[in-house]
Amino acid sequence: MSKGLLYDATMCIGCKQCEQACATENGLPYDDSVASQEFTSAHKYTAVLNRQDKFMRKLCMHCEDPACASVCPVGALKKTSLGPVTYDKSRCMGCRYCMAACPFGVPKYEWERAIPGVRKCILCANRVARGGQTACAEICPTGATKFGDRDELLEEARKRIHDHPGAYFAHIFGETEVGGTSVLLLSSVGFGAFGFRNDLTERALPRYTYQVLSRIPDFVPLFGTLLGGVYWITHRRQEVAAAEAEEENEKGDAR
Amino acid sequence: MSIPKFRFTFWKAIFAVIMVAGIYGTYIRFFRGLGASTNLSDQFPWGLWIGFDVMCGVMLAAGGFTLTALVEIFNIERLHSIVRPTILTAFLGYLLVCAALMYDLGLPWNIWHPLIMRNPHSVMFEVAYCVMLYTTVLALEFSPIVLEHFNLQKPLQIVRRLMIVLVIFGVLLSTLHQSSLGTLYLIMPNKLHPFWYSPLLPVFFFLSAIAVGLAMTIFESSMSSRYFGRELEVPILRDLGRGLVVVLALYGILKFEDLLHRGVLKQVLVPGYEQRFFLVEIVLSVLAPLALLMVPRVRDSAQGLYLAAVLTLLGFVTNRLNVTITGVENAVGARYAPKWTEVVITGMFVALGFAFFGLVAKYLPIFPESKVPLPGLGRVETRELAVPANVGD
Repeated sequence: MSKGLLYDATMCIGCKQCEQACATENGLPYDDSVASQEFTSAHKYTAVLNRQDKFMRKLCMHCEDPACASVCPVGALKKTSLGPVTYDKSRCMGCRYCMAACPFGVPKYEWERAIPGVRKCILCANRVARGGQTACAEICPTGATKFGDRDELLEEARKRIHDHPGAYFAHIFGETEVGGTSVLLLSSVGFGAFGFRNDLTERALPRYTYQVLSRIPDFVPLFGTLLGGVYWITHRRQEVAAAEAEEENEKGDAR
Repeated sequence: MSIPKFRFTFWKAIFAVIMVAGIYGTYIRFFRGLGASTNLSDQFPWGLWIGFDVMCGVMLAAGGFTLTALVEIFNIERLHSIVRPTILTAFLGYLLVCAALMYDLGLPWNIWHPLIMRNPHSVMFEVAYCVMLYTTVLALEFSPIVLEHFNLQKPLQIVRRLMIVLVIFGVLLSTLHQSSLGTLYLIMPNKLHPFWYSPLLPVFFFLSAIAVGLAMTIFESSMSSRYFGRELEVPILRDLGRGLVVVLALYGILKFEDLLHRGVLKQVLVPGYEQRFFLVEIVLSVLAPLALLMVPRVRDSAQGLYLAAVLTLLGFVTNRLNVTITGVENAVGARYAPKWTEVVITGMFVALGFAFFGLVAKYLPIFPESKVPLPGLGRVETRELAVPANVGD
């Protein structure tokens, strides 16, 4: 069963304990100045945004079919069956295609380090693999961030909007965006207010490239045969000429 | 062979300055990291080194597969004499792309990882494999020139036997990765501006690679004739110019149809940031060279062909930079201009390209003796060493 998070901004009080728990879990520095940064970075995997006392969490959305894992030439980024999109620095060569491809601008880079890597939320993959929940969900005092099976969280999100239509902006962000994400967001205002794009395709992004890539195995023998065929035909005349010349020579030798 | 006297010329002085700056930039890149040496950021992970050194580098080296296909596969004999310099340009181009990639990769010592850690769903993986294999193919296509020079007959015969297989393999690999550089961007439908994002990106990249391959061959033949005092084979360049007209026209019409059917054509007339860059690109890459080459008098003159070729090259360089930089700036909400270190390192690779070409052309038989039957890739024949005029004299 694929796990996920449901973040309900209407229940969030902006205490930022999720930020702190995340930093502790991942061994990242955390103090007042980090807390005041309302954006994610190579040393801050989740950020709580405050827009006129409307809150929103930013973190990796853990797409169902992630662009980052699809584009990674060495498989350093992977979508695990449990839900988290993980990163293995020992495989990475630093091409940063994941950063270019991510529709949410999630992967960050350690630009200042001599041996840099990609940094992002990995949905506490180790905890989840042991049957636990993410640090942010565990610490959340109001239940605004809830960990669980994605299917059940999605049901619950639908129910909340249905039961309290006035309290919510009627959209579950992550239900269909780029083919669906493991992290689901609810809000009382439109998601555009927090910098989310509202024109994201509902199609999983890897399909755009795979529909071209998947043709290559068929294309190679066809095009190779075509080129070989052209060569064979265009050089036919020379072959004939060479053969005739040889015949002449043999006749000459026989005489 | 006598060792030519070293003379300090204007171009050598420029070259020295660029190299010193480039080497200092190299020091900053490898000892202080990407942050200190580039203007790249989390919003803008790909800059000049991907946009120019890799995207344009591979494109500018497309003459290799275009010319070998025309001569060896389509058997257009009269283009024979320019195949060798074209292969040299391509081979140097790919070597420089690989070297430049080592600067851009965050962990360059892991560059071999795609060999064993495969992700066939990744366009980058496919490009990495194709570039690796094609650079090997180019080395083999180039090898007869070296083998002839040292008179190594046995390996020479083996390579010549294999040549047509190598050429077909090379054309196949080039078709795949030239187009795939466009496919790289198909995964960014919400990022790349609609002027450039199109399902036809791979087709556009492939067609423009052929156009640039032809234009680059005209450019490089003109330059060689100027600096090596070689006779310019205008009839050959005219044929290439005709080919260029056809490919550019195809590209232009397809571009028009693509914009029309995606409903973007109106936007071309609305003033804006992207629109300015797009117009510059279209005028330089398609409209101006086509207008020039349609005039027979221009097509028949060395200067006219040279001008059309240079415009085409500038136009498609603009195109690649638009796709990698201009077209994504608004979506990521950041502007990017390269840092001086990025510029001098790119400059260093361009300078090295010219310098290596000059050196190889000076010491190896790249150009055929005029009037002597032209030495081909696949033909066994004895030939004299070309004696090019001294570089820089």
